[in-house]
Amino acid sequence: MKRSILHVAVVIATATFALTACGNDTAENSGSPADCASTGDPKTLTVYSGRSEKLVKPLLDSVGADVLGEGVRLQALYDQKPVKILEEGRRSPADVWFGQDAGELGALAKHGQLGELPDSAVKSVPSQYVDPNRHWVGVTLRSRVLAYDPRQVPAADLPGGIDALVDPKWRGKIGYAPTNASWKSFVTALRVLRGDDGARAWLTKFKATEPVEFDKNGAVLDAIDQGQLSFGLINHYYWFMKVGAQGADKVNAKIHYFKGEKEPGALVNIAAAGVLACSDNKEAATRLVEFLLGAKAQQYFADETGEYPVLAGVKSKHALPTLNELSPPPIDLNKLESLEATEAMLKDVGLLD
Amino acid sequence: MLLPLAALPAMCVALLPVVYTVLRATDRGWGPVWRYTWSDRTAELASNTLTLVAAVTLSAVLLGTALAYLLVRTDLPFRRILLPALVIPLAIPSYVSAFSWLTHFPGLAGFTGSWLVLTTSNTPLVLLPVYAALRGADSAPEEVARSLGAGPVRAFCSATLPQIRLPLLAGALLGALYVLHDYGAVAMMRYETFTKGIHYAYNASFDRTAASVISLVLVALALLFALGETAARGRVTPRIGAGSPRPATPVRLGPARAPALLLCAGVVAVSVLMPLGGLLPWLIGRGTGRLDLGELVAALGNTVSFAGWGAVGAMLLALPVGILAARSRGPLARGVELAAYAGYAVPAISVGLALVYFGINAAPSWYGRGQMVVLAYIALFLPIAIGAVRASVAAAPPQYEEVARALGSTGFGALARVTVPLSAPGILAGAALVFVSCAKELPATLILQPPGRNTLALELWRHAEVINYTQAAWYALALVVLSVLPTVVLQRLAQGRRGSLAAVAEDTESMKVVVRQ
Repeated sequence: MKRSILHVAVVIATATFALTACGNDTAENSGSPADCASTGDPKTLTVYSGRSEKLVKPLLDSVGADVLGEGVRLQALYDQKPVKILEEGRRSPADVWFGQDAGELGALAKHGQLGELPDSAVKSVPSQYVDPNRHWVGVTLRSRVLAYDPRQVPAADLPGGIDALVDPKWRGKIGYAPTNASWKSFVTALRVLRGDDGARAWLTKFKATEPVEFDKNGAVLDAIDQGQLSFGLINHYYWFMKVGAQGADKVNAKIHYFKGEKEPGALVNIAAAGVLACSDNKEAATRLVEFLLGAKAQQYFADETGEYPVLAGVKSKHALPTLNELSPPPIDLNKLESLEATEAMLKDVGLLD
Repeated sequence: MLLPLAALPAMCVALLPVVYTVLRATDRGWGPVWRYTWSDRTAELASNTLTLVAAVTLSAVLLGTALAYLLVRTDLPFRRILLPALVIPLAIPSYVSAFSWLTHFPGLAGFTGSWLVLTTSNTPLVLLPVYAALRGADSAPEEVARSLGAGPVRAFCSATLPQIRLPLLAGALLGALYVLHDYGAVAMMRYETFTKGIHYAYNASFDRTAASVISLVLVALALLFALGETAARGRVTPRIGAGSPRPATPVRLGPARAPALLLCAGVVAVSVLMPLGGLLPWLIGRGTGRLDLGELVAALGNTVSFAGWGAVGAMLLALPVGILAARSRGPLARGVELAAYAGYAVPAISVGLALVYFGINAAPSWYGRGQMVVLAYIALFLPIAIGAVRASVAAAPPQYEEVARALGSTGFGALARVTVPLSAPGILAGAALVFVSCAKELPATLILQPPGRNTLALELWRHAEVINYTQAAWYALALVVLSVLPTVVLQRLAQGRRGSLAAVAEDTESMKVVVRQ
């Protein structure tokens, strides 16, 4: 028995050293784009979408030779996480990352995975939605909202802002999705608006309300719809999606927009795209980003996913309040990348492990 | 000598995720490893995870054994219908079952719901092997014990339990490891276990070191479990034949019939009717979009292809290891076996990322293709395959092989012509179980899938993601139907076990004749 354990240990140790040796040769976490390994097929444009297949695929399927150029084929993977590209490193077959949130793109940019976008790709987008280093450009906008169950809390009793929300009387009644990038961006916005001390004070109160953790925003909304919880901190379009899928009369939950220039709960965040530094088809990749910012794609997002277009003049079929009505706090979205400080604070407060 | 060499590929596949995890965990030196290992967070996750493992394993072992006993040894009515019904939970993904329960009983979220869902999916893992063993077990010792005045429970524990100990332990170990690495049920039920912590670290903090350290803790736990099972197994001598098999007199339940039947019906209701019935409101009435049949057929094809190759590959790799493990107590056999169990404990998301790293650096021509998915399935489910091969080969007496060799057969020939056919039912059952597990797999498939090739599990998850619950329910149903087919094969094989043992007994007689001549 003892001998066999020893044997296993030796085998594992040997294998570890063998793999460490090759690992050092091939894998690099950072470096200049010069050490890109050309692995992909330049005639194939590979898109990694951090966004859901069912939301984005119909649009990407409609992309043809007029966008990509003759002979270039588009292939896409959906529901991807940035950690996969970090693992693939310089050999990643991905050409374009289409992400949910500024934070995700920030993480990729920080690891040197994103290249610079040309002027042509970003010129139509208001500057507050473009990375100053041009590593990514916002494609659509989404606002944070408070989902609530009107059977438990009538509209008149709704908290006016996030400070009224952390009242002890709502203990155990608030749901949120801590792994969702949008939540962290909200916390980052909180830090930007109120400073680290102010943010920590609110998070401590929030933690004291014993918020209920969920895997994703959709699940938060479902729980409110079923009456398990009174409130949920989510993005606005989940509600429009649910109503679109089930019909307005079948959805109990409602959403409430926090408003005000000093109100972090009114944060408007972006879904954004970037071109990989090691893309072997940067030209087509850039054209795809331009396509996502064009009138056709913008109309698609406004109608099908209920998001706010970044392009001026596009009207949604949904009864979306306009961005002016929302009066979001004026936040430099680039600051939402400062994820590490946010995570450190969340860990500090005990909301992230 | 050839056999250990043939066991090497399995060793490599099994160790791949473990080695990757060690590399990632230590890429910032050993400091963070110790810090994360002894952090409060790890302690909290460990206590949650171990509580769940203990509770689920205990209830699955008790329930699985009780049900198997009722089905084999008593005059319980409707046994023919009950057995397949009790095995169906194997085909229901834990996240589907959790989803159904939560829609109707939101209060279950947390430990209770996780325990309930995982117990229902683990009970068949104990029930099936114990059922097969009970059918093959000799009932004479128990009758002797009864005749000497022991009560039914004492007679069972002292006379029959030792005969079914091995399959019981193997089933319990598989179940415990399943709980260790399950993600679907605990994520849905919002119960913080190691797997949940690992997903969180990867996807919320982009912190691969923390995730890998927690994975290593899981691997250590799995090794402890596997070693514990070995210790509990002790030394085993396979029986030659089944003596003179005589049908056991069924225990008359008498007035206990109604409660026994109620127990079985209750288990079926909780583990099959509720999870599947919970989908009904979505399938009829509450429509959320229409089903795309072409998409469903394509997903079905992909699932069959990936899971099919996964099952075939896992069995081929497992065959030499399982034979080795059954026939020798050598360090190599044990080592490979333990490596496989360690690999099984690594959460699927880490296995997926390990193969991303391995694939893109070492096998770029396979990267982004179906092969990587199949490889992940093999790495994930190899222990199931090895366990099945080991158990069935151990049940086939080595004496036949020796006879065949004495008669001039080569070592390989004797294996191929005598041992493998004798253990075929068990090996097939293992393949069926691997197939079902592959078909349900989600996190690794999500990372490694080739562009445009969705499986049923992926479609199910993606539709649920955008709140298209009607389509999600159809995919859940398709997945269950696809998984029921091999599950029925499994149950048939468990039932046929007795027959094959009887055949073995007859063979023994004819072999003896041959040897004498």
